[in-house]
Amino acid sequence: MAEAIKVLLRPMTEDRSPQAYRAGLLKAPTGILGFDEITLGGLPAGRPTLVCGAAGCGKTLFATTFLVNGATLHDEPGVFMSFEERVEDLEANVASLGYDLQGLVASRRLAIDHVRVERSEIEESGEYDLEGLFVRLGFAVDSIGARRVVLDTIETLFSGFTDPSILRAELRRLFGWLKERNLTAVITGERGEGQLTRHGLEEYVSDCVILLDNRVDDQITTRRLRVVKYRGSAHGTNEYPFLIDDLGISVLPITSSGLERDVDSTVVGTGISGLDDMLQHRGFYRGSSILLSGVAGTGKTTLASHFAEATCARGERCLYFVLEESAREICRNAGSVGIDLRQRADQGLLQFEPARPSLFGLEMHLARMYRALERFRPTTVVIDPLSAFRGPAVQVHATLLRMVDMLKARGITGLFTSLRTDGSIAEATDQGLSSLMDAWIKLLDVEANGERDRILYIIKSRGMNHSNQMREYRITDRGVVLTSAYVGPAGVLTGTAREAQEAMERAEGTRRLRAIEQRRREHQRRRQAVERQIEELRMTLEQEEEEVAALLAEAAETDAAIARNRDAMAARRSFVSQG
Amino acid sequence: MTGTQDDAAVTYQLRLFVAGTNGLSQRAIENLRRFCAERMPSRYDLEIVDIYQQPELAARYQVVAAPTLMKLAPGPVRRIIGDLSQTARVLRGLDLPADGP
Repeated sequence: MAEAIKVLLRPMTEDRSPQAYRAGLLKAPTGILGFDEITLGGLPAGRPTLVCGAAGCGKTLFATTFLVNGATLHDEPGVFMSFEERVEDLEANVASLGYDLQGLVASRRLAIDHVRVERSEIEESGEYDLEGLFVRLGFAVDSIGARRVVLDTIETLFSGFTDPSILRAELRRLFGWLKERNLTAVITGERGEGQLTRHGLEEYVSDCVILLDNRVDDQITTRRLRVVKYRGSAHGTNEYPFLIDDLGISVLPITSSGLERDVDSTVVGTGISGLDDMLQHRGFYRGSSILLSGVAGTGKTTLASHFAEATCARGERCLYFVLEESAREICRNAGSVGIDLRQRADQGLLQFEPARPSLFGLEMHLARMYRALERFRPTTVVIDPLSAFRGPAVQVHATLLRMVDMLKARGITGLFTSLRTDGSIAEATDQGLSSLMDAWIKLLDVEANGERDRILYIIKSRGMNHSNQMREYRITDRGVVLTSAYVGPAGVLTGTAREAQEAMERAEGTRRLRAIEQRRREHQRRRQAVERQIEELRMTLEQEEEEVAALLAEAAETDAAIARNRDAMAARRSFVSQG
Repeated sequence: MTGTQDDAAVTYQLRLFVAGTNGLSQRAIENLRRFCAERMPSRYDLEIVDIYQQPELAARYQVVAAPTLMKLAPGPVRRIIGDLSQTARVLRGLDLPADGP
């Protein structure tokens, strides 16, 4: 299984390489966007392919595109044998696609033969064969050297002739003849009950069978294509949505689950310098998917406009999917914040792809996106808003997954805006989305003090460090400007509250300074007072010390005098007693 | 046979497309010659085209089956395909009255 997916993901240019030829099967590219990718190169060359489907599902257009592209792109002239539509009708039907059948016929790259079989005009009498058809086809093929043939719709013959056994034998012979002549043929067939075609053509054309389908759900039409069978070749087996509009047919090749891809570590700036500052590498990795979510009026589109402008400023192309507004409105609104997107569009660097979500099914949107990517080849894509895609959650998720995959496979950086109705993070859709996204910026709306302020923060940014700060941003006439939000003990303050708080803090600071100065002066005074006191005390002490010294001296004097007196007395006494 | 008078007045312009000289072609030519000789002697103008020799005519005259007999006149244009072995059907194809009562 993994091997098969890898094969599917291989770019189609490789399939025309010698290796692919050695694999034993030559392919004739149809030039139908996406189809050659799912069939790994196109239809089996030199063999017939059955294209079946109900009326109006695009069989004839598929066949015509195959021929016109063969003639114009691959130098393979073709024969269109029409059993239903007249030549003029065919020409008119595809003229709107820019296909000039008349011109191709004139330059001998296309031959058209309208085979008309009118039952009412024909009487059958005895045995016959369809040699007339062979002669006509052979003649047309030889006249221009055709390599491709379309038979549209050969089953019409069944209503023209009564003997089905002759017809079946002749059809078998015809397909054999086509193979023998090595012609790449597309045979269309109307879808029948219980089988692929009404008359069981699949019995004869068994090399390659393609089924076209057209389903209507909820008043929305989704066309799908499936390769039922492709003998000798790998092919995508899914049902692939396809588009038919003024640009022809394009098939959306679903090559999801392709997680093996080159990783780019270069960085794409957001276009807002303050936001770049919050990211380690000043931007997001190239090829990553960025979710920008926020409530109404938080400036999602303005931020997206910055991103688009930044892409163009680098000289790269940006594809902008507008889902709810018109391209003009986006340009006008971007102009009011100083971003000239109109000029970028004129330069061919920016392309708007407007679409109303309700007009197409999810798969049709994918198919359109695929085609736009293939044609414009942008390096960044904006989808504004992603939340416009509505439907069953599972389907929406699958669609987004494929959308993200499609971008990643091409190394395209995608910015998806998403409208959230309330501020809670734990929304189911967001959670599902989050795992798909590499980065997530959340825009908040803070209501306080009679005003609304805008705050953004980065929830995640895979593979790089980022600021965990909440930043206030203002949408000015020169774009989005970020300022640091006040984060203090009182919580996050923004806008005038932040300014008031800041002013208050400044005043507080001055007051504090003054108080300190006063304290300092008081202290100084006290210090002087105390020092004076200390001086006085010391002087008192010294005085006392002097007094004590004087007393001591006096005492010593007295002691000496007493001693002297005692000695004199004693002398006198002893004199008396001896005598 | 009320139509006999009218029929006698017109000449049938017929063109038979065959593919080469295979059995079908030969049978068709033989059957047609016999038919004309029996039903409209000297009132018919028959041209036989081999689409192998003139393939461009097959597309121009919307020939799909071979052999194909085209009645160009009198109008309307009709086609009879096959080896023309079923006379009744050839009659019907040429807007001629059927045999028998």
